[in-house]
Amino acid sequence: MSAPPSTAAANGAVNGAAPSAKGSHPSGDKRFKALDATLKRNRFQQDALIEILHKAQELFGYLEEDVLLYVARQLKLPVSRVFGVATFYHLFSLKPSGKHTCTVCLGTACYVKGAGELLAALEAEFGVKPGETTADGLMSVVTARCIGACGIAPATVYDGKVAGKQTTEMVLTCARQWQAEG
Amino acid sequence: MIDLQQLQDIGQQERDRRKPVRIRCCTAAGCQSSGACSVKEQLDGAVAAADLGDRVAVAGVGCMRFCGRGPLVAVDHEDGTSQLYEGVTPENAASIVGTLQGQPATATLGDWNHPFFAHQMPIVLENSGNIDPERIEEYIAVGGYQQLYRALHDLSPEAVVKEISASGLRGRGGGGYPTGLKWATVAKMPGDQKYVICNADEGDPGAFMDRSVLESDPHRILEGMAIAAYAIGANHGYVYVRAEYPLAIAHLQTAIKQAKRLGILGSQIFDTDFDFKVDIRVGAGAFVCGEETALIASIEGKRGNPRPRPPYPAQSGLWQSPTLINNVETYANVAAILCQGSEWYARIGTEKSKGTKVFALTGKVENTGLIEVPMGTTVRRIVEEMGGGVPGGRQVKAVQTGGPSGGCIPAHLFDTPVDYDSLLALGTMMGSGGAIVIDDETDMVDVARFYMDFCRSESCGKCVPCRAGTVQMYELLDRILEGRATERDLASLERLCVVVKDTSLCGLGMSAPNPVISTLRYFRHEYESRLRSPMAAGHGG
Repeated sequence: MSAPPSTAAANGAVNGAAPSAKGSHPSGDKRFKALDATLKRNRFQQDALIEILHKAQELFGYLEEDVLLYVARQLKLPVSRVFGVATFYHLFSLKPSGKHTCTVCLGTACYVKGAGELLAALEAEFGVKPGETTADGLMSVVTARCIGACGIAPATVYDGKVAGKQTTEMVLTCARQWQAEG
Repeated sequence: MIDLQQLQDIGQQERDRRKPVRIRCCTAAGCQSSGACSVKEQLDGAVAAADLGDRVAVAGVGCMRFCGRGPLVAVDHEDGTSQLYEGVTPENAASIVGTLQGQPATATLGDWNHPFFAHQMPIVLENSGNIDPERIEEYIAVGGYQQLYRALHDLSPEAVVKEISASGLRGRGGGGYPTGLKWATVAKMPGDQKYVICNADEGDPGAFMDRSVLESDPHRILEGMAIAAYAIGANHGYVYVRAEYPLAIAHLQTAIKQAKRLGILGSQIFDTDFDFKVDIRVGAGAFVCGEETALIASIEGKRGNPRPRPPYPAQSGLWQSPTLINNVETYANVAAILCQGSEWYARIGTEKSKGTKVFALTGKVENTGLIEVPMGTTVRRIVEEMGGGVPGGRQVKAVQTGGPSGGCIPAHLFDTPVDYDSLLALGTMMGSGGAIVIDDETDMVDVARFYMDFCRSESCGKCVPCRAGTVQMYELLDRILEGRATERDLASLERLCVVVKDTSLCGLGMSAPNPVISTLRYFRHEYESRLRSPMAAGHGG
């Protein structure tokens, strides 16, 4: 059953095509198909919004506007609600991230053991502050508010892999290696 | 569906198939980050190469607690003795297997009698590091799910609540609210639809106790939740876990699947009319979602804004139904209390704080990791005897507890016994269990600013005192640290602390000033020495 035209207009009809409530994205992009599978698994329930956004970020790398509009339409939620949730939680990003991500943990144990120096070293060499990506789009530097690896502080996450007892040398070595690989 | 005999048979089969020698390798997140997976591969390879497969089994287990000395491996011999190895590398792992054939180990020997271990009393952590968290059979073999069976068949829901109340168990998430009382309140609520929620959104920086329990003994939590659900009349449970804990999430998912397959979760459990199912909800990086009403909002797919209370979740919680929310560690105590009795539990600890508490001991301390100690253990024992004191010849200054909601205990008060009330009296709190040791090189005003930065960033923005107050307090702390502040600024800061504490909507705002208040109480000179006189400034100050 198609969504009423007013909803389509409010949500911004994609590619000018008439949207169908539970149909796939007109672009035919496979990632939307995968997202649809998750929507179906959660029975299109509105309270599954955060689960859906997690999957969307996993599939698309970040929550681009088109994706948020699509989710709003599929869950029959106001767009403002979806944007409100997407912007509230730190893990969701509305901007594309770099090819590699270096997450420096800023938990108390890591802070006390010098996490600030790791960030300063990255900024000095690559010119990126936390939350920023290098100009060539290669590396994003992000902070986390404690990943629970306090026994091996200071901890850093390189593309999802946690490494403990980090020094500025170790962090810079990894970042330089990413640069070299291009 | 499974009955008691089948449950016991599974346990017996598991015990029967145990090989004489068991090599345990910690594969919890901390050790994994230090290469534990490669270590385990090497151990497996060495056993195969030496053709010891019928006598020796290598098991990947959960947290063995001494995280700072990981990767950790233990060899449990036929004669009942056990040898610990620490800092094991893939290169020297094979030598551990070699010891079974009389060769010396090149891996570093550890000591189970080290004070770090000797003063611990594992209840919550009793299975962690001993069983493979990805095999339900191992949990059953050590008595798992027997208490759920007993509760469903031999005890009424009221009897279960009574037992928990008699034990004196208090909420381990930090609040210390009497657990039995909370259960009784929800149980009394009318209605068919009630929920049980496990708060696994361990957001306090420096705390990883819950992460370890979830990774190492996930079934323990499921059993605790099921017993709680039976006691209060719920049939549906949620575990709300931080997204930053992928291994915990994975182990929980496996555990739920395995329990469902055996009929321990689902309908008509153990052939009674009790149904219980558990779903996992993953967080998205918001510290405030550890607050119970914000957590509920998050499960409902909304922004994590807290709601005013009353009504409390016990009365009107998830989708306005009566809801029980407890912390991971609280649920982890339930089966043990039913098994050994409330009297046994009440004999441990102090008069008003019963049982044990798991602490994550980290920071400027020699021995870092997880410790579970009886309530009433002194701070000195924890930091100096178990923690080994501050390394590098420096002096200990304080230990910070309670995360961003807590405060510090200065060195001269280290003979204080750790329990809910004595820590409150000192101006800090037990909190979830993070204990960060601070040495004389650390600036306490900097620590206060660090925590205020955290609260400012994590504030949900709903109420003015927290939203604006944390920003202003941060700016003032920054000014003080940079030597640009005057006495008037310090007075403003102190006034703001009171306002924010008294008027914020939820616990985040109400306790955001605590690190400031605490450091002002014990380290005021560090603030005052940075102030400059308004005259010298040349401006109004």
